[in-house]
Amino acid sequence: MADVINTQGHVRLGSNAGQGLTRRDGVLKVTGAATYAADNRPEGLLHAVTATATIARGRVTHLDVAAAEAHPGVVKLYTPDNVPPLAVSPDEKIHPFVWRMEALQSDRVRYAGQPIALVLAETLEAATEAARLLAPRYEAETPHVTLDDAEPFETTTTAFGRPADHSSGDIGKARATAARHVVAEVETVAQYHNAMEPHAIVARWTGDRLEIDTPNQAIGLARQTFAAFLGIEPAQILIRSPFLGGGFGSKAILYGGQLLAVLAARDTGRPVKLVLRRDQMYGPVGHRAPTRQRLRLDLDEDGRIAALQHDTLTMTSSFDHFLEGASNASHSLYATAALQTTHRGLRADIGTPGPMRAPGEAPGSAALEVAMDLAAQAAGLDPLAFRLRNHAETDPSNGMAFSSKALRECYAQAADLFGWADRPAEPRRMRQGQLLKGWGMGSAQFPCPMFTAAAHATLRADGSAVVETSAADMGQGAWTALAQIAADGLGLDIDRVEFRSGHSDLPDAGVAGGSGHTATAGTALFNAGADVVRRLVDLATGDPASPLFGAGNSGVTARGGRLHRNDDGRSEAYEDILARAGLDMLRGEGTGAREGQPTRAMFSHGAVFAEVLVDPDLGQIRVSRLVGAFAAGRIINPRLARSQLLGGMVWGIGFALQEEALHDARTGRFTNNDLAGYHIPVNADAPMIEALTVHEDDPFVNALGIKGVGEIGVTGTVGAIGNAVWHATGLRSQRFPIHPESLILSGESL
Amino acid sequence: MTLPLHLTVNGQSVAEHVEPRTSLADFLRDRLRLTGTHLGCEMGVCGACLVLLDGKPVHGCLVLAVQAAGSEVQTIEGLAESGALADLQRAFHERNALQCGYCTPGMLITAHSLLETTPAPDRGEIRTALSGNFCRCTGYESIVDAIAVTIERRAEGAGA
Ligand code: FES
Ligand code: FES
Repeated sequence: MADVINTQGHVRLGSNAGQGLTRRDGVLKVTGAATYAADNRPEGLLHAVTATATIARGRVTHLDVAAAEAHPGVVKLYTPDNVPPLAVSPDEKIHPFVWRMEALQSDRVRYAGQPIALVLAETLEAATEAARLLAPRYEAETPHVTLDDAEPFETTTTAFGRPADHSSGDIGKARATAARHVVAEVETVAQYHNAMEPHAIVARWTGDRLEIDTPNQAIGLARQTFAAFLGIEPAQILIRSPFLGGGFGSKAILYGGQLLAVLAARDTGRPVKLVLRRDQMYGPVGHRAPTRQRLRLDLDEDGRIAALQHDTLTMTSSFDHFLEGASNASHSLYATAALQTTHRGLRADIGTPGPMRAPGEAPGSAALEVAMDLAAQAAGLDPLAFRLRNHAETDPSNGMAFSSKALRECYAQAADLFGWADRPAEPRRMRQGQLLKGWGMGSAQFPCPMFTAAAHATLRADGSAVVETSAADMGQGAWTALAQIAADGLGLDIDRVEFRSGHSDLPDAGVAGGSGHTATAGTALFNAGADVVRRLVDLATGDPASPLFGAGNSGVTARGGRLHRNDDGRSEAYEDILARAGLDMLRGEGTGAREGQPTRAMFSHGAVFAEVLVDPDLGQIRVSRLVGAFAAGRIINPRLARSQLLGGMVWGIGFALQEEALHDARTGRFTNNDLAGYHIPVNADAPMIEALTVHEDDPFVNALGIKGVGEIGVTGTVGAIGNAVWHATGLRSQRFPIHPESLILSGESL
Repeated sequence: MTLPLHLTVNGQSVAEHVEPRTSLADFLRDRLRLTGTHLGCEMGVCGACLVLLDGKPVHGCLVLAVQAAGSEVQTIEGLAESGALADLQRAFHERNALQCGYCTPGMLITAHSLLETTPAPDRGEIRTALSGNFCRCTGYESIVDAIAVTIERRAEGAGA
């Protein structure tokens, strides 16, 4: 696509950005040379292992400390009796990405999997064995871990401080005139991030300076958090996080174990490494909480939504606040005269939930799209026609115009590629051999937040440049996409730009989350580059010896490492301008943030179509095809964007059919906290799958026109699969994941 | 208690003392600093820790280091250096068959072994063969693409 926007006068986005470049970290990753936090092994290292609670609620009454300490190789053991304290209260919220810092404060157990002791030993094996030898005894209390028995509590907010309730329009009036309504009740279950790389930290003190290797999605915030809880200055801490082996939200928030490792390293004077086992990541490092959602859609005679009500019941821990904002997914997607959404919270004996790829939107979209399918059926309309009829021209929650919304084009392209036009309206009309075949669809939507980021760009004497920002590459490709944007900001070819990232001494790049990292850090990098170019233009146009002398500030364009006069095309290389000015470098700074209060509704959109095959005897469900089309503003790197979208859609398969963390209701313990028992999609579960991107110019979302692609693929997909299962079988499961038994036991025959 | 251990790793002979409870993956990562072998589940499910033991893929998390005594171990580092994976690596890189890269070494080792035993698998066979390698990111489609293109290229190369 040759569209080029001129955002900053002298430089343009569109030379490097927009190209499907291969990843800059690709070679490191295919040779095994990319290093993850747990790969670090400083001299004198001690291995830490946590002992974790096997009850969900109660007290630890005894730990066999003597037996554990006697194990050969054990160096030190921490329990609530001797753990060094945090500098501030564990409940301190120094910024919105801080969860209560659970670091062995007491013998109280509030969730299964809670750390109850930390063992340090010369080897991992010794630490592991000593942790086992602690053989904890408990005074157990009856735990509450389900939506049925957990304690209700009052709340006015959901995740990240959004209001719990919303109401616009007159829902009573709208209902009074409606012709019919449908009600959908949908449950979603607890899910765990399960990034392939476990949570890990290596901490080392040198005097009062602390070095940390840990995978983290928000290095600058993490440094502030560590500093606050340790009572030291952020400047004393260096965090390195060059590569994350996946994050999906769980590595955006620090957990107590990381603080414990740091405290233990300070206490013992030796470097400490803590790597969580897979089972230990069920509890302390966040998850997606279960929801019970109810939607009511009132329709007028023509199948237009007159009123939309979406209520969510969900749960959080007994000691913190995060509530999955599922009902918010209904705010801005479909037109309605009246809108009412609520969230109610429960406190359960579980670890605190947190953001997990498309938090709120994923379960909310799943339920909304099921409700839309029911409503389409009630209105006697094709599901796509029904969605088009209810296409929102403005955001129904606030009346704002959309910054851009190529959703119609997404529907058209995806439907066409999928072959939707041939879909029989009635369920159970298609077969493939013995198998029942069904088609379903869903709309995808995800907001476009921006955080705040800063970046530096330095042009060197040879005309190459280095750009710096502490961005996190958790697999999405920040190293590559951000370098492309930076190169455009500098008017340089990407191979002339060195990209430094992934540690906390660099300018803060904000959060790699909320699908806002490329937009935020990208804006900062672009601006830093443009700042360098502006200084360069000042030098050249004011220098009588330069061919650009007198060109005037607006008459110059930077491209390919040269400044070009717009009038007669004469140009000069960056290095020559620097040399003549006697400079060996020129430095620029930039920031990225949303300016002012938004006056437009800003979302990425998409449409997902799914085909499933259901075995009528066994109830086994397989997704056989998935087609998505997404409009997400300017795509910086189509190759990387596609893999983000496909990845999100595969997550949708997991959500719809597989993922579910199971508790034993009696003890509150997990029964499947490992990768064999908690099912995530494997290659054989992934069908023929395609993700298209639809062109979209968005002059409002930010100067670069970037939205985000990291999470939207999950939305739409879950509902599409659920709706396809209905189309195949005529049965609507009221919960995700849909398991064979949900169909078999529904009482209806397949 | 430690035991003497002699084995060959990536063509080099190694003599060490290890505790019998040390897994091969931990031994490679911690003692030999071959950190391209990753750990995801430590129960033989995810495939992140795959290495070749006497030419056959094994889960490094399920094999004890002492069980590899006298054997030849190849890790992603050794296979990369020998060039045995060069075309697969290139295809993975070109097709963006990796995101966070954590699963990638194990994927490459499975892919390599698949093509050793089944020279021309179709996409379905590739998917099945790779289903013991989890990719949470998840690049399954591109991974299949990368392997399929490698098969084509090898066939062209052989035919030429
Ligand atoms: S770590 Fe060995 S299979 Fe997962
Ligand atoms: S690339 Fe991240 S797990 Fe496969």
